[in-house]
Amino acid sequence: MAARILRLVAVPAGAILLALLVGAIVLLVSSPLVTGGLDVTLPLRTYWALIQGSLLSVNAIVDTIVNATPLLLVGLAVGLGFKAGLFNIGGQGQFLVGALAAAGVGAAMATSSPVIAVPSALLAGVVAGAIYGFVPGFLKAYTGAHEVVTTIMLNYVAIQIVGYAVAGPLRAQGASFARTPDVLNAALPPILNQGTGHEAHLGVIIPLIVVPVIWWLLFRSTVGFEIRTVGANPDAARYAGMKPRRLIVLALTLGGLLAGLGGAIEILGRERYMAAAYSTNIGFDAITVALLGRAHPVGIVFGALLLGAMRAGAAAMQSQAGIPVQMIDLLQGVILFFLAADVVVRRIFRIRAARTGVDELQTVTRTYSGQTTAS
Amino acid sequence: MEALFDIPVLGLVIQLVVFLVDVLTRNGTIILALAAPLALGALCGVLNERSGVVNIGIEGMMLASAFVGWYVASTVNQWFPGQPSGIVFGATIPILVGVLAAIGTGMIASLLHAWLSVSLRVDQIISGTIINIIAFGVTGYVNLLISRTSQVSGGKFVPFVPPADLVELPIVGWVFRMFLQQGPITMSVIVLVIVVQILLFRSRWGLRTRAVGEHPEAAETAGIDVIRLRYKNVILGGIFAGLGGAWFTLDFGSSFENGMTNGRGFIALAALIFGRWHPVGAFGAALLFAASGSLGIAIRTTPPAGQLGEILTSIPGQVFSALPYIVTIIVLAGVVGRSIPPAAVGRPYEREGTT
Repeated sequence: MAARILRLVAVPAGAILLALLVGAIVLLVSSPLVTGGLDVTLPLRTYWALIQGSLLSVNAIVDTIVNATPLLLVGLAVGLGFKAGLFNIGGQGQFLVGALAAAGVGAAMATSSPVIAVPSALLAGVVAGAIYGFVPGFLKAYTGAHEVVTTIMLNYVAIQIVGYAVAGPLRAQGASFARTPDVLNAALPPILNQGTGHEAHLGVIIPLIVVPVIWWLLFRSTVGFEIRTVGANPDAARYAGMKPRRLIVLALTLGGLLAGLGGAIEILGRERYMAAAYSTNIGFDAITVALLGRAHPVGIVFGALLLGAMRAGAAAMQSQAGIPVQMIDLLQGVILFFLAADVVVRRIFRIRAARTGVDELQTVTRTYSGQTTAS
Repeated sequence: MEALFDIPVLGLVIQLVVFLVDVLTRNGTIILALAAPLALGALCGVLNERSGVVNIGIEGMMLASAFVGWYVASTVNQWFPGQPSGIVFGATIPILVGVLAAIGTGMIASLLHAWLSVSLRVDQIISGTIINIIAFGVTGYVNLLISRTSQVSGGKFVPFVPPADLVELPIVGWVFRMFLQQGPITMSVIVLVIVVQILLFRSRWGLRTRAVGEHPEAAETAGIDVIRLRYKNVILGGIFAGLGGAWFTLDFGSSFENGMTNGRGFIALAALIFGRWHPVGAFGAALLFAASGSLGIAIRTTPPAGQLGEILTSIPGQVFSALPYIVTIIVLAGVVGRSIPPAAVGRPYEREGTT
């Protein structure tokens, strides 16, 4: 058991290590632009600031967890897709419509009792996200339109929907910029660290419920078994009497639901209103999270915590070491690179190939030409 | 003409057609210019997907090329300031070096994509996603560091000025303005589209490419080196992505902003699908997408008079912005005729007898 876990973790850990090494080289090479001369200590100072800002104080840890929460939910959405052999790049759009719906309903119920307002706003986000996930699922299952392209397109449509709704019908009266009214009573209340500017809101406990449910769904329920079978081999699944089309719709709808929940939590817990210019990069972050976690719910928890920590530490990295936050995007890309090119990681660290877990990385594009599932 | 507008319903339609023709003829130049990066990205996609490799990374390739092209041009400009500009398009040595650097960047990024997806047989969509994320991170990181120092622009191409007699011709003058009053990259797009179209369907290379994209095993049996051809086409595609990137910072504009490609690489992919994997079709789709954006702006700035104006201005501007994406989804769903990709696209090729 221990050996098996070690083998599963070895490649992601190796990928992270190598990415940090590449990051250090980039930092070293670019140090003349940061400090005016070649500075050997810059990589160390950067990573130290990153660790300080994400781990070494209560505030830092809370920031990490708060950042990790939506990443975890959208990461689960992407991971669920992977399990069904689908690549859901639409996390961003599903997150945005979920956020918008929560902001809208939250603002409308701003003066109701929190006991009703909070669940209603969350539910609105969940439903909006699910609908937004259902669309590409339906299109994939019944017309063969590939989910990668449709979800990317829907991401851009979502930006326009948010722009329209926030600047139009949902706009707060008298605000100096286009934004929705405050959600007030519909906000997720802070539960830890109140008044420090680093509060943990009630939303951070939602994954404690969601992760076990998704794990159970995937590995202990019939539907989960069918989803995994369709992902591994759609033809075999059909032959065994499963209904690939319905499972595809289900997997993407559930994914949209989770991403929408993530958006709702982000708005109700942190922002407490939505600006028309609200933007997020969460869709791509979530892909890294899901791949780091090998599409397994428990793995995704760790992936989300790692990326949450990186995002939380980015501010400290910027202020203490003078490194732009884009460094995080760079690191993330390199981590992904080494995860995909796991041959390189294996060779360097002499890791033997794991029997499980690798297949998620190689099954997604197989359905691109739309022949396997549409028949 | 005005009298026709008063006919119920039909009058409105006539008015709409008149307005559309007016907008499109007036904005032909900008529409073609905005279609250029989409068409170049789509050409990159044509070469990739026709030989069986999905390329989601066009966005990142264009972004990286846009940045490197701009940065190199600007640096060369600082080393050798005051270069005289060339006879055509206001070309200077820094700009030309910048374009070459952009193309080189596109090719290097493509080489990475080819290595990951053809040699390592990594999932091609994940490979493209990696390129997008790395390009976004690296350009953003370096750009912010550079912006702390004072970086002078390397300049940009100047659009060609066609003879006034030509442009002011009645009825057809706008066509000349649309195609001639352009920077060199935009102008070259039309030529490139036609060349790739002919080569793809009339040359030996084109036949081999299509064979590899449809049935690599059969192609290999017929003596085509599938791996080699895929490498070649993916890297050749990088030239177009690089040129598309150079369009942003050396032809249309002269500065770089983080994430400035803003999804155009993905729309290019949509144009490719909409154009059914044909260069000319993709170019037409790119023009349509660019026109749809331009129409949205025209309605806001110069709405038509009367009832039509009221109707059109009541449609939120976001609808027009979202239109290209929605059209793409509809096309993909096969509502307006099915778009069928090359059969082997996305499938890594494994030679028999190797593991």
